Amino acid sequence: MATMNAVQALNLALSEEMERDKDVVVLGEDVGKNGGVFRVTEGLYDRFGPERVMDMPLAETGIVGAAIGMAFYGLKPVVEMQFMGFIYAAVEHLFSHAARIRTRSRGRFTASLVVRTPYGAGVKALEHHSESAEALFCHMPGLKVVVPSSPLTAKGLLLSAIRDPDPVLFLEPTRLYRMLKEEVPEIDYTVPLGKARIVREGTDVTLIAWGSMLQRAMKAVEGFNTEVIDLLTLSPLDEETVLQSVKKTGRVVIVHEAPSMCGLGAELSALIAEFAMLHLKAPILRVTSYDVVLPLPKLEAYYLPSIEKIRKAIETVLQY
Amino acid sequence: MPEQIVEPLIKRLAVLDEKGNETVTPAPSLTDEELKRMYELLVLARTFDQRALTLQREGRLGTYPSILGQEASQLGSALASEKGDWLFPSYRESGVYIALGFPLHMLLQYWAGDERGMRVPEGMNVLPVCIPVGTQIPHAVGAAMAAKYRKDRAAAIVYFGDGGSSRGDFHEGMNMAGVFKLPVVFLCQNNQWAISVPRDRQTASKTIAQKAVAYGFEGIQVDGNDFLAVYKATRDAMAKAKEGGGPTLIECVTYRMSDHTTADDASRYRPKEETEKWKARDPLLRMRLYLEKKGLWTEAYQKDAEAHATAMVDEAQKNAESVAAPDPKDMFTYTYAGLTQRQAREIKDF
Ligand SMILES: Cc1ncc(C[n+]2csc(CCOP(=O)(O)OP(=O)(O)O)c2C)c(N)n1
Ligand SMILES: [Mg+2]
Repeated sequence: MATMNAVQALNLALSEEMERDKDVVVLGEDVGKNGGVFRVTEGLYDRFGPERVMDMPLAETGIVGAAIGMAFYGLKPVVEMQFMGFIYAAVEHLFSHAARIRTRSRGRFTASLVVRTPYGAGVKALEHHSESAEALFCHMPGLKVVVPSSPLTAKGLLLSAIRDPDPVLFLEPTRLYRMLKEEVPEIDYTVPLGKARIVREGTDVTLIAWGSMLQRAMKAVEGFNTEVIDLLTLSPLDEETVLQSVKKTGRVVIVHEAPSMCGLGAELSALIAEFAMLHLKAPILRVTSYDVVLPLPKLEAYYLPSIEKIRKAIETVLQY
Repeated sequence: MPEQIVEPLIKRLAVLDEKGNETVTPAPSLTDEELKRMYELLVLARTFDQRALTLQREGRLGTYPSILGQEASQLGSALASEKGDWLFPSYRESGVYIALGFPLHMLLQYWAGDERGMRVPEGMNVLPVCIPVGTQIPHAVGAAMAAKYRKDRAAAIVYFGDGGSSRGDFHEGMNMAGVFKLPVVFLCQNNQWAISVPRDRQTASKTIAQKAVAYGFEGIQVDGNDFLAVYKATRDAMAKAKEGGGPTLIECVTYRMSDHTTADDASRYRPKEETEKWKARDPLLRMRLYLEKKGLWTEAYQKDAEAHATAMVDEAQKNAESVAAPDPKDMFTYTYAGLTQRQAREIKDF
């Protein structure tokens, strides 16, 4: 066991898996010599060589398209998208091909690949470097969407994602890259996809969060008897864990940093309303960012859900 | 019969050599006053850029991309535009904004993380900083289509890097511009690097300029550290565009002297010797030597130009830093022309 941050944990997952499986290749912008702009691929180029760690021309459409071709052929590409705000040019390939090739070919071809990308705000970055567009991808059947919330979950989930038979969008909360350190085993362990984890047990309220918002949520629930669910996989959803908790507590607060309109909180609310309505003692509340274009650093702090807002939502459902 | 060569090779335009001597191509006709004004703008751009780096180090600015070494490419091209033309910069284009007279304090305000700094003054047809690489290219093509449709005597210049030339947007935009013979100049600053990726990992072709040939129009390489060459190439290309002669791709061969941005550390991936080599080709030095040969430059003049630039940047910094913090409500103001019902509810939080 070693103490490490999320960058180191992800790096470890990649190097371990590349050691184990020759089919795993890494490609993206600045992933080679530079080790990625956040250093997640640091050292891989020296260790595994330029054939397996590929610095690509600046072309998101082509990079993801080529990764899909590699996956058809049988390789296990792990693409690094430099920031989530630059993924849009690759959406056609992800939606029209990666997500559908299994269906289109009746299972003959699959696109088992991972697209990793830093995501989320709170690091005082330039425009397009703080996007939280997870809901777009959750909407697309055939894609999986995964968000770790700590070094430990980062490593275990990335290993699962690489081994998964389907395409996985792997969202790495930028704010958490170096914020938390924890013990991460240097052995082959996985955190299963499609399974949420209960981070804190409680009886009065169910709070659902993921990624960097989980940290805020954990601070906000202090003093309340709140159960906290860390989704880990956003699609496919672990509906069982969510519904079981809601049936126990009868109150729900959902926290996410994307805007509310068609955010994942809307899906969770609908799911709960459909299957656990009669257990509810209060309306389902969402604490989200505002429905505006993400502001630059001077206003970023006002944009993100604050601890106070989360606490207020918990109080509201408790007092209903 | 021997094989036919069906396409000409790519020309490299240079007006001045590294010592500031005129070479094969004659200098564009500019008066002494114009030459001095342009040189002073180069000095201003460098002063501004260096100040931005200092402010970033002091924590008073966010991530900033330096233009050091690229001043001639940026100012030489932007100064060749006329009122009514449209300019589409990327993020590394402080020199373009400065050439156009964009308020300096607003540039600083923007790079400090305040979007109010990108409220482009009325009558100035330059777009805000565009960060997704290469995506501004089709926009310039569209503006050129609009100018042509309205029969305006206007053209567009779009700025991008060697990395940007790998994006589909570049190829799609160039293709359309060729098909419609549009008044647009594609201005590539080939500064040899896209963060850590060297030029030869972007394209296997010898030049970026030659890509224009495949789209049916002229591509030309220019010594991007030679202000007069860039000015001449752009002025000619813009004139041709406005005469209905169609697009031009100009590849300015230059060098990114600094880290990619203040968040980068170039020593991780590029040899120091390479950067050293390019120091001798400094675009300001070359222009200075040229002016000196023409009897337009003295030590005293240099001191004045620098003092004037410093005073302007001091003033800009003072103005930028005395602007009141933005009201959180400002977040909602420009999402749409009017507030949505949801936003009207949300804005009550402030
Ligand atoms: C679409 C997109 N992908 C990736 C990035 C991240 N990024 C910012 S600048 C850059 C390199 C750009 O190189 P080049 O086009 O040569 O311009 P330069 O920075 O050298 O001026 C990259 C990869 C981005 N901003 N946009
Ligand atoms: Mg470049």
